[in-house]
Amino acid sequence: MNERPSFLLDGDEVPFEPGQTVMQAALAAGRYIPHLCYHPEFTPHGSCKLCTARINGRLMAACTTPAETATEVESETEELNDLRRTLVQMLFAEGNHFCPSCEKSGNCVLQALGYDLGVMTAGFRHFFPDRPVDASHPEILLDFNRCILCELCVRAAREVDGKHVFSLAGRGLGKHLIVNAESGRLADTDVKVTDKAVEVCPVGVILRKRVGFATPIGARRYDKSPISAQALADAPRPLERNHD
Amino acid sequence: MPDTPDELEPRVRRIISRWGHDPGALVQVLREVQEEFGYLPGPALTLVARLLRIPYSRAKGVASFYSFLSDEPLGAYRVLFSDNITDRMAGSDSLLEAMCYRLWAEPGKVSADGLVSIARTSCTGMCDQGPALLVNGRAITALTGERVERLCDLILARTPVAEWPAEFFAVHDNVRRADILLGHTQQPGDAIRAALQRGAAGWSEHAANERSWREAYVGAAQGPIATLEEIKRSNLRGRGGAGFTTGIKWEACRQATGLTRYVVCNADEGEPGTFKDRVLLTSHADLVFEGMTIAAYAIGASLGFLYLRGEYRYLLEPLEATLQRRRAANLLGNGICGQPGFDFDIRIHVGAGSYVCGEESALIESLEGKRGVPRNRPPYPVTHGYKQQPTIVNNVETLCAAALIAVRGGDWYRSLGTLKSSGTKILSVAGDVARPGLYEYPFGVTLRQVLEDCGGADTQAIQISGPSGVCVDATEFGRRIAFEDLPTAGAFTVFDASRDMFDVARNYAQFFAHESCGFCTPCRVGTSMLVASMDKIHAGNGTQHDVGEIDRLNKVLLMSAHCGLGHTACNPILDTLKRFRPAYERKLRSLDFAPAFDLDGALHRARKMTGRDDADAHLEAQP
Repeated sequence: MNERPSFLLDGDEVPFEPGQTVMQAALAAGRYIPHLCYHPEFTPHGSCKLCTARINGRLMAACTTPAETATEVESETEELNDLRRTLVQMLFAEGNHFCPSCEKSGNCVLQALGYDLGVMTAGFRHFFPDRPVDASHPEILLDFNRCILCELCVRAAREVDGKHVFSLAGRGLGKHLIVNAESGRLADTDVKVTDKAVEVCPVGVILRKRVGFATPIGARRYDKSPISAQALADAPRPLERNHD
Repeated sequence: MPDTPDELEPRVRRIISRWGHDPGALVQVLREVQEEFGYLPGPALTLVARLLRIPYSRAKGVASFYSFLSDEPLGAYRVLFSDNITDRMAGSDSLLEAMCYRLWAEPGKVSADGLVSIARTSCTGMCDQGPALLVNGRAITALTGERVERLCDLILARTPVAEWPAEFFAVHDNVRRADILLGHTQQPGDAIRAALQRGAAGWSEHAANERSWREAYVGAAQGPIATLEEIKRSNLRGRGGAGFTTGIKWEACRQATGLTRYVVCNADEGEPGTFKDRVLLTSHADLVFEGMTIAAYAIGASLGFLYLRGEYRYLLEPLEATLQRRRAANLLGNGICGQPGFDFDIRIHVGAGSYVCGEESALIESLEGKRGVPRNRPPYPVTHGYKQQPTIVNNVETLCAAALIAVRGGDWYRSLGTLKSSGTKILSVAGDVARPGLYEYPFGVTLRQVLEDCGGADTQAIQISGPSGVCVDATEFGRRIAFEDLPTAGAFTVFDASRDMFDVARNYAQFFAHESCGFCTPCRVGTSMLVASMDKIHAGNGTQHDVGEIDRLNKVLLMSAHCGLGHTACNPILDTLKRFRPAYERKLRSLDFAPAFDLDGALHRARKMTGRDDADAHLEAQP
């Protein structure tokens, strides 16, 4: 009972609490596994597949796989980072992402992952989908062009705000974010600018109006340090540290 | 069909009351609302959401997931051409064009007069009598130019589909070779009585299916356990493709802790080229339901679902009638066959056009009235299935086999087939053969034997188990249908030497992109990228670079897709690249790279708008 359960992550022991996923245990132990749709405050659902790791030889999403003793997890391998770069390229190709003119530039998780993983080219032909924006709400702008379908806003609305402002519709490549109103307009929903769902968007879909560019590009979150460092700084940590 | 909200409300309310205001029945409610109005009008969706006490966005999210549901107006006649490769080989594309021309319609759009909408849909399970289509949900088979003309006449005369000639809707079983299953002589109730008899050896006063207090009596579990033992002894394995051992699945479910248990029959036969379940449900429905009842008895379930694919909607009424007959005969309901506590009933859930719902956890999501997205596993359905309770999901053919085993025993079943694959397998044979239809063989039959029986001549390739299976060439016709060699869900699609295997792979790539649920990045984006690459090669702009890109996409899908759909989406391309590489290479340009962007093609729209197609409306011919 004294011995805390642990598993091996890239050869190093990572302790975990029963019930934690591989991702939660790794972050708590100060180990970074790249991720996009995972957020410590919401139920993990494993759709972006960026956190794919080799767990006892099988490729699994680290954010949804429960941590178990006597497992070996490989994450920092060239093979897996190559996969992650391709997935990031796919997300860029799927939507319309024009970083130089995007208000989220520097605060954008997708962009930050691209830099951190070393994505150097577009890699694929882009789809250039036609996605109208929704500026109906007086305080919030929705620019669906940048949506990566991570469902963080869907989960935040449901789990924290207790609402159903955002949801997904369609399927396959036609899957898209919708709001909870027959008119399809955000203004006709019960969204509040203070909602968790409004704050959580990792890319530039859900934007507060009239605060754009308040922090200049160059002085933003991921301009200061890479996302791998930021994710560890944000991670819920146990009181005791393993080393240092 | 414009309706004011006032007219709408009583009709929507009637449907919702019939489903007991159960939000779990959302898919069924939406399907019926669409049958009522021809599509799902916004106000009807809002009303459904309000009456079921769910957010509007959930109703909308579900409505837009299933391809047969539409929240936009459709034509008074909705025509969906089955788009399996066998339909295309039989000329479905030109028939579709002919119909569009005659009815002044454009594929995928509602005609200007609102009369008709014509589009393609994934394989409708009529490959042995294609080309086929669905008109307002009803299957029409054996299409010819003449038949399409007659359909157009009926549509133009606005004759209600119910009044169309019955011959159009004829669907033949086409059983060409029957063995123990297709040739069985069991009567309704035989299997149930045999199972009860097995338990009677001990004192079985309370041999009940409820795994609660009733089985606390010593010996009460005897019947169910004896039945389970027979299934285990038979070494029956799942017939839906994955081949999991049925007895182990049942036992895991029986032993899982839960408030109640469920039996689900997976009749969402969506794999292109497969149609065996259609015949089993048409001509052997009693055996299917009997298998479900045996399963319920063995695991201790009191409710079961038959998940019927939307394409087989026309079977709903006959199946309901069979259930009704079985209830009247005390083969369903309370105290089945006079056994106290043996309570079990079956409900039918009709799908609405989604291949991925054939995956068991996605199927369960759909049963619960949600978008059919595969769940994260573990936990598996045997412990956390329908409503998070222990649930078994079995293929139609598996349950039929279980009903046979209940009567004749596991040893008998195991004596058939091969050492590792016991029993028989029904093959859905279609494509370039003289006699398409169902062929049931003991496991271990060679492909050559099947080809001989069905009259395949000059055969180039066979696609085993549909696009998610394997494609074999003539050097492999000595291989056998068996779990240890070529496992299959049943599709057996034959291509003769005249077929371009690149076209086959391209059709399958389009199928996967159309059916991807869109949950995970690699499958949502990757399957569409595969289609784009295949289209580029098809258009004559492909290069080695594109073949390389296909390789790269395949790797990503195999490594990281969320479920089997994504993992297998690249199989048809990988298989054909390996075996029929020349089919690709003769389409490639010799360059290392060619742009996907076609300058002249970009003028296509302008040409269409101006009605011009002369030389001056084209850029210089490309090198």
